[in-house]
Amino acid sequence: MPKPNASWKEANIAGLVLEPGSAAEYETGTWRVQRPVHDADKCTHCMICWVYCPDSSIIVKDGRWKEFDYFHCKGCGICASVCPVKVEAHQVTGKPGKVIQMTDEKK
Amino acid sequence: MVVSTKRALEGAHASAHAMRQINPDVVAAYPITPQTAIVQTYSQYVADGEVDTEFIAVESEHAAMSACIGAAAAGGRVMTATAANGLALMWEELYIAASMRMPIVMSCVNRALSAPLNIHCDHSDSMGARDAGWIHIFSETGQEAYDNTIQAVRIAEHPDLLLPVMVMQDGFITGHAVELVEVADDASVQRFIGSYSPAHSLLDIDHPTTFGAWDLYDYYFEHKRQQTDALSKAMKVILEVGQEFGREFGRPYGAFEPYAMDDAEIAVIVLSSTAGTCRTVIRELRQKGLKVGLLKLRVFRPFPAAELAEALKGVKAVAVLDRSISFGSMQGSGPVFLELCAALYAAGSKTKAINYIYGLGGRDVLPVDVERVIHELKQVADSGEVTSLVSYLGLRE
Ligand code: SF4
Ligand code: SF4
Repeated sequence: MPKPNASWKEANIAGLVLEPGSAAEYETGTWRVQRPVHDADKCTHCMICWVYCPDSSIIVKDGRWKEFDYFHCKGCGICASVCPVKVEAHQVTGKPGKVIQMTDEKK
Repeated sequence: MVVSTKRALEGAHASAHAMRQINPDVVAAYPITPQTAIVQTYSQYVADGEVDTEFIAVESEHAAMSACIGAAAAGGRVMTATAANGLALMWEELYIAASMRMPIVMSCVNRALSAPLNIHCDHSDSMGARDAGWIHIFSETGQEAYDNTIQAVRIAEHPDLLLPVMVMQDGFITGHAVELVEVADDASVQRFIGSYSPAHSLLDIDHPTTFGAWDLYDYYFEHKRQQTDALSKAMKVILEVGQEFGREFGRPYGAFEPYAMDDAEIAVIVLSSTAGTCRTVIRELRQKGLKVGLLKLRVFRPFPAAELAEALKGVKAVAVLDRSISFGSMQGSGPVFLELCAALYAAGSKTKAINYIYGLGGRDVLPVDVERVIHELKQVADSGEVTSLVSYLGLRE
């Protein structure tokens, strides 16, 4: 990654990126205005959200849903839209809907 | 030691000859009158095995410059050639080549832009690209086109610059006219340009590098500042390379070439082939005692503003001959005039400046036209009054 807030004299020439895979270090989580939240009790670990997440922000461990990667999650809401499992009262929001629900991002 | 031979060459062939001696890794080009002679001759060199170049026969100039950028990012020494509407079709890539800092060298055989359709010389093509971030070098003769092409490689690849360079010559007038051109031996040209090993390249798989990445409001501005800094350093490099070329090949080059300027009270500034006509007229008028001089501008980008203002110290009035119009500018004047006015103003100069638009679409400029310029310039110098800021040479009024 280029040095954050590098001056024009310090910045890499022509915006060259000299390290491979450095997009991982870019915090796209700051773009989020809605935050997905998960109900661990009701999740069936079907992994449909993992398949659809465009930013690889559903973290899976040992075949089980583990957590959101909020450093990269842009809050697009696709996971909440595709999740097939319904809940009466969500563990986090208390509202009826799906295992993943979108909430307002508190900055 | 340089072994030179004299050849009868068209200007375009002189450029192609220089390209053969440079032997770039990649040439991607599309033919367009009056540049065709360069691409056609070069593809013949490729077919005959005289060069090692990968020649990419592309489907358009847009593709030509795109391929050049890719090849340059891959670490190659890259050249191309174009003119007029072909240059216009490269528009997007001209900016990308410059801002990705790709040291591509391109011949531009100046031709009028349509419409109405015209294939003959004026400078509206390259002048339209004057803010794209390229270095612009103009050639009066086939000899200069040859010399400038060789120097352009050194200038473009200089580590402080890494900027693309356009080498201009006048379409048909220079491009298709046969002249005596002194060409050096291949080994001397190779020795002068040296080898090229870029610090970063796509093919350096041990150091994976991303070129042309997404660059938002948090870095784009800094990269533009770097780019303009590189152009501001370019003049020093251009002058050094021009002097070194002179030591090696006997023909030194500067940002502009003064003629009869030492005690000049009035002066003419012009680009490319028309400098020859001006010189002839000035030589005759000098014999009649008129203190008139010529500044043949060679480097238009970066513009040698301070240097020109210095060269015009003591000159009462200067006429700039422009072979293109900056439409909608101050009284529809030409780009060289506008730059010179800015240079004189910044230097606090009192020299009066007037502008003549000439030669559009290949309209011939005759000695009598230049005599008119000098006559009117003398009146400005004597009276201190500019009655007509922008005039037209050889136009049916
Ligand atoms: S909100 Fe979008 S980015 Fe974030 S985890 Fe869900 S699908 Fe991925
Ligand atoms: S789609 Fe819903 S149920 Fe399936 S793993 Fe994701 S959160 Fe759990």
